[in-house]
Amino acid sequence: MIEIRFAGFGGQGILTTGMICATAGMDLGKNVTWYPSYGSQMRGGTANCSVKFDDKAIASPFLRNVDILCAMNTPSVDSFMGELKPGAVMFVDSGVVPADYPVRDDIKVVRVPVNEIAAKCGNPRGANLVMLGAMAANTDIFTVEEIKAAVEKYFKKKGIDNPKNLDCLQEGANC
Amino acid sequence: MPDIRLPKSVNFKAPSCQGCGHGIIIRLIGEVLEELGVAEKAIIAKDVACGSSAIGGLNIDQVTSAHGRPIPVANGIKGASPENIVIAHLGDGACYSIGSAELVHTALRGDNITVIVVNNTVYGMTGGQMSPASLPGEKTASTPYGKDGDKYGVLNVVDLIGDLNCTFLARGELYDVPAINNTKKLIKKAIQNQIDGKGLSFVEILAPCPTNLHMTPLQAKEFMHTEAQKYFPLGVFVDK
Amino acid sequence: MAEKVLMKGNEALAEAALRAGSRFYSGYPITPQTEILEYLSWRMPEVGGFFVQAESELCGINMVFGAAAAGARAFTTSSGPGYSLKQEGISYLAGSDLPAVIIDVMRIGSALGDIFMGQGDYWQLTKGGGHGDYRNIVLAPNSVQENVDHVFLAFDLAEKYLHPVIIASDAGIGQMMEPVELPDFIDYDKTKHDSWRVKGNPTLKAEDMANVTNVYYKMSNPDFAEKIGYSDYPTYLKDKYAAIEENEQRWESYMVEDAEAVIVAYGSSSRIAKETVNIAREQGFKLGMIRPITLWPFPKKAFEECKAVKAYATVEVNILGQMKDDVEAAIKYSVPVGFVGDFFKVPDPDVIIEYVKGLL
Repeated sequence: MIEIRFAGFGGQGILTTGMICATAGMDLGKNVTWYPSYGSQMRGGTANCSVKFDDKAIASPFLRNVDILCAMNTPSVDSFMGELKPGAVMFVDSGVVPADYPVRDDIKVVRVPVNEIAAKCGNPRGANLVMLGAMAANTDIFTVEEIKAAVEKYFKKKGIDNPKNLDCLQEGANC
Repeated sequence: MPDIRLPKSVNFKAPSCQGCGHGIIIRLIGEVLEELGVAEKAIIAKDVACGSSAIGGLNIDQVTSAHGRPIPVANGIKGASPENIVIAHLGDGACYSIGSAELVHTALRGDNITVIVVNNTVYGMTGGQMSPASLPGEKTASTPYGKDGDKYGVLNVVDLIGDLNCTFLARGELYDVPAINNTKKLIKKAIQNQIDGKGLSFVEILAPCPTNLHMTPLQAKEFMHTEAQKYFPLGVFVDK
Repeated sequence: MAEKVLMKGNEALAEAALRAGSRFYSGYPITPQTEILEYLSWRMPEVGGFFVQAESELCGINMVFGAAAAGARAFTTSSGPGYSLKQEGISYLAGSDLPAVIIDVMRIGSALGDIFMGQGDYWQLTKGGGHGDYRNIVLAPNSVQENVDHVFLAFDLAEKYLHPVIIASDAGIGQMMEPVELPDFIDYDKTKHDSWRVKGNPTLKAEDMANVTNVYYKMSNPDFAEKIGYSDYPTYLKDKYAAIEENEQRWESYMVEDAEAVIVAYGSSSRIAKETVNIAREQGFKLGMIRPITLWPFPKKAFEECKAVKAYATVEVNILGQMKDDVEAAIKYSVPVGFVGDFFKVPDPDVIIEYVKGLL
């Protein structure tokens, strides 16, 4: 069982990032669930969603022992770092979470300048894809090639074909 | 049986009190539907109680709604079956009190149905209690000393929905033959609007309820003609 | 076989209703079911159906009543507080023998409660809730796939018994995305209900007129009595409900044959209950699970297989343990029945196991 939390400001594509991640898991033949924050939480300016992968049937879509946190802002670190299990990986946007921001010492922290990389790729709205690329490179939930395929499929279904999306994934993986 | 020309769609199975207006109204509805050639595809969503029994005097497909809900039920029928001609038939209590939200919003949307409201200024079947159409000072079963006009007010449907999306809004009465013929014209225009797909058409008919007004049929008729019309003037208020 | 797609429970349910032949929806916004309304606002016109955002739940259910009377596969959706408002119309649907599907994406209550996942509506869904002598067939899906499959089943049952059918979904299932396989579109033909639906009376003769009203009123009409084979309303009603109770009990049993304790759970809770059974078995504790798929008729038959059970517990997301009475009645009060629940979430497996062991 892999448990992942995506969190950040509303409008950063947090729910979409989780959805792409879950789609990738489904394409790999895993059981997956995706669960959003909704209602007043949504209107409070923060957004988060939960994704689970498992080879077995997934009982609850809610998280219990979180393996991965993608935190796109500091409030997300504050809210969700505590639920990570020891040895978990926390990805943070180093553009907004300062290098000296206090973090737990029993987890691995990966700092990714997502906005900077996305801008460099000519795709400023692709910060979440940069993060997915970094996730693929730093965990074993899927490979960079697998997430690339999932992203391509996801956007093709929406009628969007933007090669810069794949650049974002690759650059995120390289960092 | 004398040779009278009755519409095919009218049967004689609707019980009403002496002097009640319902009998005339269902006959007018039957005549209009037949004259317009749509009786065979008409459906009536009716309220409960007196009006409901009255509509049972028509051999037109019909649905009994919950009290106050013939308008949404009619809209449901029309939505599922736009080829039918659908009428919501209800009283002043049902339409202006418990069903007032449904009335306002069908007028806002301008739904393509026809609403016929029988206004006798009281709740009939429950024994003549005050309705939003009872007149100030009117003695009813729940206003034994007369309706307190300052506390309750009188609801005139023209004020409520006249500026919304009605395509036809009119009021008629059943006082005498010319009045009845005029009311028939109003119903006909309302149904024609629906046939033409124009949107909401609405006819209110002032009808006597001698039993609950505690009057003779003639007195009740006179009351609806003179007293009621001080608050509910006749006319065509919207015609688009 | 259709390709699996990742879909939110609420949206999958909405799409499934269209594929099951429904072309009529009227609803009102309320969290956590609003995605159904939003999805249908564009998707229903796309398939040529009727969509309206009603001014209230009362209007929504009464529009469904009208559409059902015209023979359409009509449905509406809400969550607890809005479902309460629909109870009036549901009683009229039941009283008038009209098929319709009503979905309650449950949250917690009472009153406004809160928007989070909950199972606060068991009582109001299964015991009637509106006026008079009636109760509804209630289906309880526990996955996005079942959200889809149960819509098809719900319309079929509604038409089989001419009765409203409720789907007791919850926020956990409605908000969650899971891979799901959507069945193909079916062609629904409303003319199969020409014997009772309103459609216009081509002869204008009294005997050919459709009259949709409380069945009780129509029993005095000899033609109608002959048509349905009953002249006595109480007998008709008792037989109808008895037939549903006999034929439509549905459930899933999991490791109950040798179980010394059984937990009973539906919907989102049943997913954790099943996981709990697996964990308990690994620990050597003989736990089993019964998952009611129909909340009414309650699957009493499921309990006949449980020979060695010394205690039961319901697992629910509410405070009062609303399903407990039904389990007690199903086992005729033979062994203790407990309840373990929580207001905001399904209790964790270790909590459930500890509680059930305490009953033994």
